[in-house]
Amino acid sequence: MKKTRKTGLVFFPAFDWAISSTHPEREERLLYTQDQVFEEGLLDFDNIIEYKPGIATIEDINRVHICIPDVTSVVTESHLISAGGAITAAEKVMRKEVDNAFALVRPPGHHAMLVVHGARGFCNVNIESIMIEYIRKHYGPKRIAVVDTDCHHGDGTQDIYWNDPNTLCISMHQDGRTLYPGSGFHEELGGPNAVGTTVNIPLPPRSSDEGFLYVLDNVILPILEEFKPDLVINSAGQDNHYTDPITNMRFTAQGYARLNEKLSPDIAVLEGGYSIENALPYVNVGIILAMAGLDYSHVREPDYNEAAVRQSAEISRYIEKEAAKIYDLWKNRESIRRNLIGNSRYVKRKKHIYYDTDGIREQQEETVRVCNDCGGLVVIDSFADTGNRILAIIIPGQSCPACRKEGELFYASIHKNQYSYVYFQDRDSDVFLADKGS
Amino acid sequence: MMMILGIDVGGTHTDAVLIENLEIKKKTKAITNEKNLIDSLLNVMTELLRGENIAKLKRVVLSTTISTNAIVQDKTERVSLILVSGPGISPSLIDTHGMAHFVSGCINHRGIEVAKIDPIEIEWLGEELKRDSIQDAGVVGKFSTRNPNHELKIRDILGSRLRHISLGHRMSGHLNFPRRISTTFLNAAIWKLYNDFVTQVLDSLRHWGLSVPTYILKADGGTIDISHSVEIPVQTILSGPAASIMGILSLCEAKEDAIALDIGGTTTDIAILADGIPLLEAFGVTINGHKTLIRGLQTKSIGIGGDSRVTFADNRITIGPEREGPAAAFGGPFPTPTDALIVSGMTAIGDREKAALAITEIARKMDVPVTKAAEAIIDCTCREISSHVIRMIDEINNKPVYTIHEMLEGKKLCPRSLYIVGGPARAFSSKLGSMLGCPVSIPEHAEVANAIGAALARTTAEITLLADTERRTLSIGEEGIQIKIPPGFSRRDATLVGTKKLRELAIQKGAREEDLEIEIIEDQEFNMIREFHTTGKNIRLKLQVKPGLIAGYTTGKVL
Repeated sequence: MKKTRKTGLVFFPAFDWAISSTHPEREERLLYTQDQVFEEGLLDFDNIIEYKPGIATIEDINRVHICIPDVTSVVTESHLISAGGAITAAEKVMRKEVDNAFALVRPPGHHAMLVVHGARGFCNVNIESIMIEYIRKHYGPKRIAVVDTDCHHGDGTQDIYWNDPNTLCISMHQDGRTLYPGSGFHEELGGPNAVGTTVNIPLPPRSSDEGFLYVLDNVILPILEEFKPDLVINSAGQDNHYTDPITNMRFTAQGYARLNEKLSPDIAVLEGGYSIENALPYVNVGIILAMAGLDYSHVREPDYNEAAVRQSAEISRYIEKEAAKIYDLWKNRESIRRNLIGNSRYVKRKKHIYYDTDGIREQQEETVRVCNDCGGLVVIDSFADTGNRILAIIIPGQSCPACRKEGELFYASIHKNQYSYVYFQDRDSDVFLADKGS
Repeated sequence: MMMILGIDVGGTHTDAVLIENLEIKKKTKAITNEKNLIDSLLNVMTELLRGENIAKLKRVVLSTTISTNAIVQDKTERVSLILVSGPGISPSLIDTHGMAHFVSGCINHRGIEVAKIDPIEIEWLGEELKRDSIQDAGVVGKFSTRNPNHELKIRDILGSRLRHISLGHRMSGHLNFPRRISTTFLNAAIWKLYNDFVTQVLDSLRHWGLSVPTYILKADGGTIDISHSVEIPVQTILSGPAASIMGILSLCEAKEDAIALDIGGTTTDIAILADGIPLLEAFGVTINGHKTLIRGLQTKSIGIGGDSRVTFADNRITIGPEREGPAAAFGGPFPTPTDALIVSGMTAIGDREKAALAITEIARKMDVPVTKAAEAIIDCTCREISSHVIRMIDEINNKPVYTIHEMLEGKKLCPRSLYIVGGPARAFSSKLGSMLGCPVSIPEHAEVANAIGAALARTTAEITLLADTERRTLSIGEEGIQIKIPPGFSRRDATLVGTKKLRELAIQKGAREEDLEIEIIEDQEFNMIREFHTTGKNIRLKLQVKPGLIAGYTTGKVL
């Protein structure tokens, strides 16, 4: 008999919200999941407690994002509720009302980056990051690990924590050469002050439970063991499923439940997953049972066929090699960092970001102050084809005095009329300033 | 004007009223003979109808504790459960009451058959049940409300070998397999007992020469024609608390959000009214630890009443939850809130000396004068009750909702009145009123509120309709209705079909045309998409005849 745990469930299917009426991110995405969860009687278990989501505030979002021109222009009520749902899940865990919690909410968020000109990959704001910064604001600085098991690279979460050595972002996903957003290769390791705390595990198409569980056992769990996070967050996308219409993987409901059991996240947050009839109902039942420490061995898709979803020996060998390489990168992160920064005082990176959902193109230059004492001052200069050019000065959480001072001086010296907007985000003192420029 | 007879056979007392011309013509209250409920019923009936012209009697309504007692006291039949579970939750996590046979077959969430049942397996099972001398059984399938065919096929195979088979999909249209199992199990287990009871009642009425519409009260505060109640007897469980709420509704002019309390000897039952309408349990009532799908009024029963044992330890007073006998003033063994009320002069019943003696014991431990101790006990009792009420309102207001509209616009309950019935109602009223911030009403005839509630409750019914235009089917789960629909079938069409079916169903169950207050309680429509094209609609409606009073007896009129 397994040990049962008290699990909080924030279920918010937003039955009246869609990107558009035939878009995968539409009203009935969680309808059949609701049917299955209700029919299996999961809400009647004494150790599964359902909570109503809260509503995130503008401040909660400004703590994480630079929304252009402002929060209310890029989010709707639905985003505030889905981020609020993640926050509610976190609150219940942090207050020890439950042992762990699952925010089964939509719309998702893991493609939303630090700067938000619009929606990309069905996401406007990053609900996990909003939750994480809420936790840090209210419960003190925490070492947090995000394990993103969505089939798409969690590029938004990676971008937000690129320079944060206290947030470990691990994303396992279908190889970016074969799927949106086309990133998440193992060379992407994090910014100059956080080399190694971004870990990418691309998997070849047609990887199955065996492959996922292999990297879990051989990469993810060992890295978590060494990173020693205070909290483990699972961005629980469900589009690795063998029936998903927009991906090519072979993960099953049993696989998801096993993964969840082994990872044992404190908080899980739903991300993608668009096989709404044939995967989500079973995957979610599996995850909820696994989180609650209840027997999930009978959960199985009605059309499950073991032979049809098995991965080839070739894929297994490929994954083993990749896993070894990725773990080596983690082990060698210090020397990689030394090589990367050399004698530089600042490190720049240029990015072209395409907002597929809203059709916006953005050019971005990020400058990071090399720092041994904190994540480093970040300055972002961003131009989008909406006509907006902005500058954002970001003082990281747990900032050192030097980075703080330099950021404040820089902000004071800016010629604001070169930009549409200038933003100043100070995570420690929870200050967010926005100035309209030209 | 018509004459109505209402009887509530409760666990302790049997109340009865005879109502004529909107007035309580006669009322009575007797101790229930637990060994023979029929006797209790006939006795009060004889008493009230003596000397009356029974030709004027137009309606008889009974609320009885027979089903509840059978379950609580475990005096039920031996039954077998045949479960078509398919994959999903582990059988080890389902409460099968130790009587289950899991058989092959599987229906998915859309009602599509994924695996067939095996008729030979069922035949063999039939022989096994026969060998075990099982006479009653329940057949329950996962998602059987979406497609009852497996349950129906199994019944057809086993039917000839058993006395009665309860089918899961008939219990409720709600989705919840474990609750469906419990509900079906309880239904099968009390079926024989309840049927015998109904036969006896009908025989007695015939003996009296009465052939008037006769109803039984259900847990949802609605009535059902007694001869139609025999198929699903489990819906008559917990009709007592429902009777009490309906009683308060008929005696008070509640049109606003309100709190209704029934303070008894052992427990206090709390119910909440939203705009004067009692709230229903989201999934179904719980009885003796069994979570069911039985539609029922939402009540919370707490172990605090006039006869609760009062103790003082660790510098604090505790009220209940146990009742060790009557109040000390009536010869009971321990001090109780009733004794405190007597000592404070707030009520003048029983033996004052005995009450004072009992409270002195507490006063000595508290090291205060007796009157102070009595006051503290009354205060503590009211504070406990109030905090439970406040918690219940919070729970209702924090109930999860699933749409942005409800998140932002959802109704928040804010009670503006407090209605109290039960023995110590008057004595506690002002204190409870000030703690809960509501003006208090104590209705007249409160001691027979249950019988009045039963007498005047209308017939209720509910249906759950699902139209799937991709599969071109419309189903009404709990009625086992499955019909073909054209591809252009709309939400408006669904509402028309649903209203018509509910109307027919309610009339069949004994409703009168003038009482059919139909409302749509759930109304959703979704597109079904394949490869970015709309291939159909999934329309979901729930309609009910809502709990309320029969026409002509609107709230507050009877006094």
